[in-house]
Amino acid sequence: MLRIEDLRKRYGSGEEALTGVSFAVPAGQVVGLIGSSGAGKSTLIRCVNRLIEPTGGRILLDGLEVTALGRRALHRVRRRIGMIFQEYALVERLTVMENVLSGRLGYVPFWRSFTRRFPQRDVDTAFALLDRVGLSDYADQRADALSGGQRQRVGIARALEQDPELLLVDEPTASLDPKTSRQIMRLICEICAERRLPAVINIHDVVLAQAFVDRIIGLRGGAVVFDGPPAALDAAVLTRIYGEEDWAAIQRRGGDDDEGAPGIAADRLAGLA
Amino acid sequence: MASEAIASRRWRRPPPIANPRLRWAIYGGALIYLTLAIASIEVNWHRVYEGLDRGWRFVQGFLFPDFISRFGDIVQGMEESLTMTVTATVVGVAVSVPIGIGAARNLAPLPVYLGCRAIIALSRSFQEIIVAILFVAMFGFGPFAGFLTLSFATIGFLSKLLAEDIEDIDEAQAEAIRATGAGWWQLVNYGIQPQVMPRLIGLSLYRLDINFRESAVIGIVGAGGVGATLNTAIDRYEYDSAGAILILIIVIVMMAEYLSSYVRKWVQ
Repeated sequence: MLRIEDLRKRYGSGEEALTGVSFAVPAGQVVGLIGSSGAGKSTLIRCVNRLIEPTGGRILLDGLEVTALGRRALHRVRRRIGMIFQEYALVERLTVMENVLSGRLGYVPFWRSFTRRFPQRDVDTAFALLDRVGLSDYADQRADALSGGQRQRVGIARALEQDPELLLVDEPTASLDPKTSRQIMRLICEICAERRLPAVINIHDVVLAQAFVDRIIGLRGGAVVFDGPPAALDAAVLTRIYGEEDWAAIQRRGGDDDEGAPGIAADRLAGLA
Repeated sequence: MASEAIASRRWRRPPPIANPRLRWAIYGGALIYLTLAIASIEVNWHRVYEGLDRGWRFVQGFLFPDFISRFGDIVQGMEESLTMTVTATVVGVAVSVPIGIGAARNLAPLPVYLGCRAIIALSRSFQEIIVAILFVAMFGFGPFAGFLTLSFATIGFLSKLLAEDIEDIDEAQAEAIRATGAGWWQLVNYGIQPQVMPRLIGLSLYRLDINFRESAVIGIVGAGGVGATLNTAIDRYEYDSAGAILILIIVIVMMAEYLSSYVRKWVQ
């Protein structure tokens, strides 16, 4: 259970990114956080594990006040929060296995991580997770040898290797094609359901969000302007979140954008030949 | 109405300096300065003519090098130079890594950063020959002074470039490692090291080759190595022995170059 109370962040430049955000996410719920660029989505998600220090308000994870912790305790709580990134943020020159095992860094002493001698239990978990995301044959490949979708699966495995109690997901599909995007979103949501994990997902693609998440929170100018089920997203609400635009097309499209991209890709390849 | 829309508009790339007067003043000034500067160089043509003869003998020495008559001296000088080069590079790199990490603003707290940057600035502000003269005065003639000089110079070179490489890393990868709850050392080992390692290895090899060339130069001021042998040969007008030494230096530098490009390809 994640509870955010009156969260505020003002950057050194004086820019106010968050102006008092409050909401709670119960176990197993997947929340999609939408809003235009600069609305504070990225800041909000990074304040939860204090990669960015909030300037006001409280964050509670299962009753523990994350915002009040010292350095060591912060490291201990970070290992309970898995994070999945835009552009994957894998360490490119490390192997897939090293990337997955890096999810255990908060749990093992330095010498174990330095010599890559992780406890057998951690290695077993890592192999099981690679199986789960369909990449067990790639354990010894370097991360930069994988495709975008595969890399994001490694990112998911790394987050789960932490054995997290909360998932923070930052634009997981921003650089993926529509089909892979749907597969990645489906995988994240299935895993959250299996493990009863609460998750906060920043997402640009409203249609994709509607198709997969349980609840949508709309941010605008650092404040919550919508909080409700995906079905309640109508033109009026979208205008409140993003501003004036003809929203009819986005609602008609629904979930049928699966097939478009491969055709376009094939055309491009034909053009190159 | 249609003719108005089609009427062509001239376009030219905007000049780098907008004000035409200022622009021509700068161009003209630069030209005048260049002319005067070239005119102010005094050349003693008679002396140049005399020197041509000596230069020609040097070329001859190079074409017909004599490896034999000073063989013992050359081998000893080479041995000293190579020892100096390798030990100075190893020690220099070992010291540079912590200083380079300390001089990266995204990793080190401000006081550490300033301290390490000061060390780098100190090391970089003195040319090798000046440092060598100082160390020769402190520790006497011989390769130990050379070893210290090259280590000192390596620190300034490598720490600065390493620090800049660390500041240029992809922050997202480091952020992802921080998000797992990793400690500072783990962050360096997992988030930073894989990103900077190929460049660190490449720079170390590059420095190895610079250090070898420098070892020949600082020998001239008494810091041992093949430079001392070369200096002696030139002083004695033994241009054929000097030619032999220069050829050996070229061969070794080329070998180092080939080796380092091979290793760099391999670590990428």
